[in-house]
Amino acid sequence: MEKKFEITDLNLWYDAFQALKNINIEIPKNNVTAFIGPSGCGKSTFLKTLNRMNDLVEGCKINGKILLDGEDVYGDIDVNALRKRVGMVFQKPNPFPMSIYDNVAFGPRTHGKRSKHALDEIVETALKNAAIWDEVKDRLKKSALSLSGGQQQRICIARALAVSPDVILMDEPTSALDPISTSKIEDLIFDLKEKYSIIIVTHNMQQAARISDLTAFFLLGELIETGDTDKIFSMPKNKKTEDYITGRFG
Amino acid sequence: MKTNTIKNKHYFNKNRVSENIMRLLFFIAALTSVGAVLLICIFLFGNGIPAMAEIGIFKFLTGVQWSPTNVPPSFGILPMILGSIYTTAGAIVVGVPVGILTAVYMARFCDKRIYKCLKPAVELLAGIPSIVYGFFGMTVMVPLVRSFFGVNGSTMLTASVLLGIMILPTIINISESAIRAVPESYYEGALALGASKERSVFFVILPAAKSGVFASVILGTGRAIGETMAVIMVAGNQPRMPQGLLRGVRTMTANIVQEMGYAAGLHREALIATGVVLFVFILIINLSFSLLKRRDK
Repeated sequence: MEKKFEITDLNLWYDAFQALKNINIEIPKNNVTAFIGPSGCGKSTFLKTLNRMNDLVEGCKINGKILLDGEDVYGDIDVNALRKRVGMVFQKPNPFPMSIYDNVAFGPRTHGKRSKHALDEIVETALKNAAIWDEVKDRLKKSALSLSGGQQQRICIARALAVSPDVILMDEPTSALDPISTSKIEDLIFDLKEKYSIIIVTHNMQQAARISDLTAFFLLGELIETGDTDKIFSMPKNKKTEDYITGRFG
Repeated sequence: MKTNTIKNKHYFNKNRVSENIMRLLFFIAALTSVGAVLLICIFLFGNGIPAMAEIGIFKFLTGVQWSPTNVPPSFGILPMILGSIYTTAGAIVVGVPVGILTAVYMARFCDKRIYKCLKPAVELLAGIPSIVYGFFGMTVMVPLVRSFFGVNGSTMLTASVLLGIMILPTIINISESAIRAVPESYYEGALALGASKERSVFFVILPAAKSGVFASVILGTGRAIGETMAVIMVAGNQPRMPQGLLRGVRTMTANIVQEMGYAAGLHREALIATGVVLFVFILIINLSFSLLKRRDK
């Protein structure tokens, strides 16, 4: 499997509190990698280091190395270009308070696409790939906030796809959604891994088992175990992993 | 047991009475402001409308000649209406861009140390009495305009700039809180798409705060059109049709203040009628403000 991310000896502090301890992991291309673990275990924090969203947090210190296609994410790099390559979908759907069309077109416009024709095409493709085109094609000029939560989340996925990233980070993308919307998004993730590398943080172990190829288990800022999802869920090597996935804690 | 119940009832009643008294008190307090508005309306319209009728509403509103002491007098306030509109528009041109940019800077860009100086400065600006603004305009801005453009410094331009400064705190404070009220998740969403900080702020956050920003502009407009003291000191106050940025101008407020001291009879009533016109302007501004707020919900 080709590597997408290669992380070595990553440590992260929020002021004095160490949130990530010595993380070493490789994340392959065109796969779904799931991060699981109890609340506060650092999995979301780790996710945000990958597109440097942690830069926004005051007092956040990082050392170690994160390579994206061999390029140091924390080295001499254009952060905006990095975030274009590594898209993100948040826990709570956060469409901008503007029309559906403008939401999806925001990214391409940011990166210099002006022609109406090109934008129309990008928006349509992105919405189709996010499996929401049929539901919104007649009301592209309506506010994105008028949609349901599940639809909003798919708009956010379309928005992320529209800048044609390599990687999509998803931070508990279905935790605020109902079961039907959740299953739509899970199907979508399954389709998306053809073209994108997907990293998903989830609280829901069934979800990780259903959709991911690889699973990484985090506990108290440490990466306890990582491996093929089938193996992790059928015969975990580590006692703590076993306790967690069998529901003994967390 | 029985005494206990009675005792409780007694307490209950006592509470009830004091509660009612307090309720009445609050009600009266609330009525004060409503009553004041009502009284002002009655006074203004009662005194102003008959004068308008006597002069002829059309003649009053569109007459270009204001010479109340001539024989026969003429009471056309169009010059003053336009004067007010022009200076207010000028104030908006000056104050709105500066105010909104300042608000954006304060809410999203400046670091804490600068903010600690900037915020009190803006608040102080809001608290300065208008006569002090007037003095500033008279002693600093008027000479500046005079030497810069070679005209008498009391001009529409001077008044507009001064008013623009005066409405800054209104625009800055209200816009700033509107911008701060925008959920951080919008900002993060924009950054995560690879947008720069500037683009995220100006193309996502600011549009999301637009109703609050508009509200600040409307309130600032209200303040500018009603401003009196500072304007009188820098505007020249010639009661004639406005003739350009670098010529003097008289606003409705200035018209009232300057002549009220000696006016009598129809002249006095015509000034009150000028107040009626000003009041209608303010009503329109407030109405659009509350419409905006309602549409927001």
